[in-house]
Amino acid sequence: MKLTVWTYEGPPHVGAMRVATAMQGVHYVLHAPQGDTYADLLFTMIERRDHRPPVTYTTFQARDLGGDTAELFKTAVRDAYERFKPEAMIVGASCTAELIQDDPGGLARAIALPIPVIPLDLPSYQKKENWGAAETFYQMVRTLAPGDAQPRPAPDATRRPRCNILGPTALGFRHRDDLVEITRLLQRLGVDVAVTAPLGASPADLRRLPQADFNVVLYPEIAGTAAAWLERTHGQPSVRTIPIGVGATRDFIREVAEIAGIDPAPVLAESAGRLPWWSRSVDSNYLTNKRVFIFGDATHAIAAARVAAEELGFEVVGLGAYNREFAREVRAAAAKYGVEALITDDYLEVERVIAELQPELVLGTQMERHIAKRLRISCAVISAPAHVQDFPARYSPQMGFEGANVLFDTWVHPLVMGLEEHLLAMFRDDFEFNDAAGASHLGAGAASASPPAPAAAPDAAAVASVIAWSDEAQAELAKIPFFVRGKARRNTEQFAASRGIALVHLETLYDARSHFAR
Amino acid sequence: MTVLGALSSLARPAPATPRDRPVLRERGQREVFCGLTGIVWLHRKIQDAFFLVVGSRTCAHLIQSAAGVMVFAEPRFATAIMEERDLAGLADTNEELDRVVDQLLARRPDIRMLFLVGSCPSEVIKLDLSRAAQRLSTRYAPALRVINYSGSGIETTFTQGEDACLAALVPEAPQAPANAPPSLLVVGTLPDIVEDQFRRLFSALGIASVDFFPPRRSGEIAPIGPNTRFLLAQPFLGDTAQRLASRGAKRLPAVFPFGAEGSTAWFKAAADAWGIADDHFQRVIAPPRDRARRALERYRTALQGKSVFFFPDSQMEPSLARFLARELGMRPIEVGTPYLNKDLVARELEQIPEAVISEGQDVDRQLERCRAARPDLVVCGLGLANPLEAEGMTTKWSIELVFSPVHGFDQAGDLAALFARPLARRDLLRV
Repeated sequence: MKLTVWTYEGPPHVGAMRVATAMQGVHYVLHAPQGDTYADLLFTMIERRDHRPPVTYTTFQARDLGGDTAELFKTAVRDAYERFKPEAMIVGASCTAELIQDDPGGLARAIALPIPVIPLDLPSYQKKENWGAAETFYQMVRTLAPGDAQPRPAPDATRRPRCNILGPTALGFRHRDDLVEITRLLQRLGVDVAVTAPLGASPADLRRLPQADFNVVLYPEIAGTAAAWLERTHGQPSVRTIPIGVGATRDFIREVAEIAGIDPAPVLAESAGRLPWWSRSVDSNYLTNKRVFIFGDATHAIAAARVAAEELGFEVVGLGAYNREFAREVRAAAAKYGVEALITDDYLEVERVIAELQPELVLGTQMERHIAKRLRISCAVISAPAHVQDFPARYSPQMGFEGANVLFDTWVHPLVMGLEEHLLAMFRDDFEFNDAAGASHLGAGAASASPPAPAAAPDAAAVASVIAWSDEAQAELAKIPFFVRGKARRNTEQFAASRGIALVHLETLYDARSHFAR
Repeated sequence: MTVLGALSSLARPAPATPRDRPVLRERGQREVFCGLTGIVWLHRKIQDAFFLVVGSRTCAHLIQSAAGVMVFAEPRFATAIMEERDLAGLADTNEELDRVVDQLLARRPDIRMLFLVGSCPSEVIKLDLSRAAQRLSTRYAPALRVINYSGSGIETTFTQGEDACLAALVPEAPQAPANAPPSLLVVGTLPDIVEDQFRRLFSALGIASVDFFPPRRSGEIAPIGPNTRFLLAQPFLGDTAQRLASRGAKRLPAVFPFGAEGSTAWFKAAADAWGIADDHFQRVIAPPRDRARRALERYRTALQGKSVFFFPDSQMEPSLARFLARELGMRPIEVGTPYLNKDLVARELEQIPEAVISEGQDVDRQLERCRAARPDLVVCGLGLANPLEAEGMTTKWSIELVFSPVHGFDQAGDLAALFARPLARRDLLRV
């Protein structure tokens, strides 16, 4: 049993819904009680979808448990087939139905519908949403594109190379726009996209998957399993570089070109967007070594760390992911930045680590956004779980060169602008330009409002500190602009501790400053 | 013929409703929340209570999604997620639960009342939460009371979760002596501001001893006894009403306090029970009632003659349909409710013209009826609203009717506004 306040991922059947809802001509019959229908609103409200997800729930009740819930399920399958006439059906159980062991797969098979019916075995008490999406997509691919499917046409110098794009789903973090960006990039490279799946694909499209020369795996959390199977069974290589950031997009272009046997040079010679110059322009000087904490799904977190370190000149002080399935990859990436990977799906643990590290910027999920707000740290969202704000009306990809432009804006804007930072230092004791007056860019009163004091989140600085401050030093600390004060306090205390100083005097503060001066 | 289809086609006029009104009873796919959702407003009301759902990842995800996705920094609710080890018998579920409660209380020593909330999985594996509650209560007495109820979707629909919670809270009330002076208990979670308005009005009427259930703090539960009279503020509190009656309290039947008329009738039921003279009642009620009427007048032009179709959601539908029909001139076409408590809403049903009253749901069939009827306004859940808007219909999310202050005279205008806004918006937009 595990105490959970907020969850990063839903149950595995929500992952299956993300695949079914993304596709055309698929219907999902889910053996589940009525409460589970809440999942529809994830799609209709958060993603603003204009159709109900293609899901029929059996909505069995307590009084059905003594009777024939299996019959209820079979009826739901028959009715759903009659009403929606899907090309393929997936069937399974949610957590409660898993306990009553009705065997949805066997029951559906017994009805002998004239379409493929794919049973899903998604263990709700062990696995989570991403795993459920991956398993669902994999089961659909292996059923619809089996090993004895029509062989792929031999490579032919007269035709353009052809790939599939695998991974985008409903309720995916910026999947909609990433897909547009990467499809355009592949076209510029001279590569045709045969099938994109699951988003927008029909069962007939899945049957065509083996016809492409290779697969581009944009979201390994969802398409990794299916891509590995396609590689084993149909000999289709996979492009595994995730094109988030300028460097990774260039690596992606090279990897695609190598697999497709084409020349990447013309596309590499084109503009890589604005990020490189924006990052080199003098105003960005102040970004240097900003301490950033990164947390999200493994793919987005690892990619964000590279962009943060190599393309914005931040210092990665923490890196983690909530999906344990990719812990190895996250640990390897963390090692590169000399930090310990945080692999947890416990929101409170993440909060504790952020409070301890006191970064200047948090790149995380919507949950880290709340943590950062409470700790008064700037934050940008880089990963699912998806929130209504993660489906902007405008074009806003994370991938490709345009995606890199978006990253620059969304990560840098929450920070104080370089020029403003100088002004803050210059006017820090000015009567109308001080902490109490608030910082206009954070909204009226943001800085003067006292932070909420929840029982769970003690002031990390205070807790971590066994070091006392003299009144004079405390007063001087208060003159330091609020957004670097935490760092100054931490550095000073670290400096004091390393020298066995128990009480910080004015001198200690300035000694520490000179010690840490870069 | 399929079973679901057969059950639906069995839907037939039921003889026993008020004035023999036929009720369309359906059993098919339901598109409703489970009772766990009530935690979202219950935990705001009882300020020192914590709600611990004993359930699955789905339960945690549901509450998180229903709560508007991560609104509160650290809420006073959480889920003890059962894992494979708990189900396979590798872990003693009771020991695990005790461990989780210890962990929780270590974080939140301020909690005075802990609700262990049963879920679909905990009900199916027959986890005995009442024994667990007793055990934990003994262990943590007197600092903490532990109470259990079920919010599972196999037993409760949406607002029935509040009913189950309050019913479980009734035994916690002290016994009022048989010779206690008469007291009034208002039953059902109301926003503080509404409680304060009600308290002022009761006091002006001359009813001094008024308590609210649930109270704002767990230690403030009013005594209940044979001289307790209670008014339900919500139509979905059937079990709670029964439990109160079994403690000797007497229900004052009334329509529910929605709108100027509804609120007047509701207060009148209390005034009559206290033997308050009608002229005094009229004097006290006239100012707020006239305020409510003026507020409603603003919306009548927009809503008069417009048809409305209710999908089942909160059991408030008959009361709201009565309000819309009587006070704003709307035409209810279908009034769907997850469960029709005939005793409690008899007076509402009498005042709803022509509409089909339906109980239960077969969502695809109901959608067909709704499309055929082309109502001016559809009141439905969040899963259906955007798809129906995309089909060109105008919708009102029903969940807002539960989450917003809508009771009493001074909220009558706000309640009407909730229905008028989607229509006004449709007229406004030129894109």
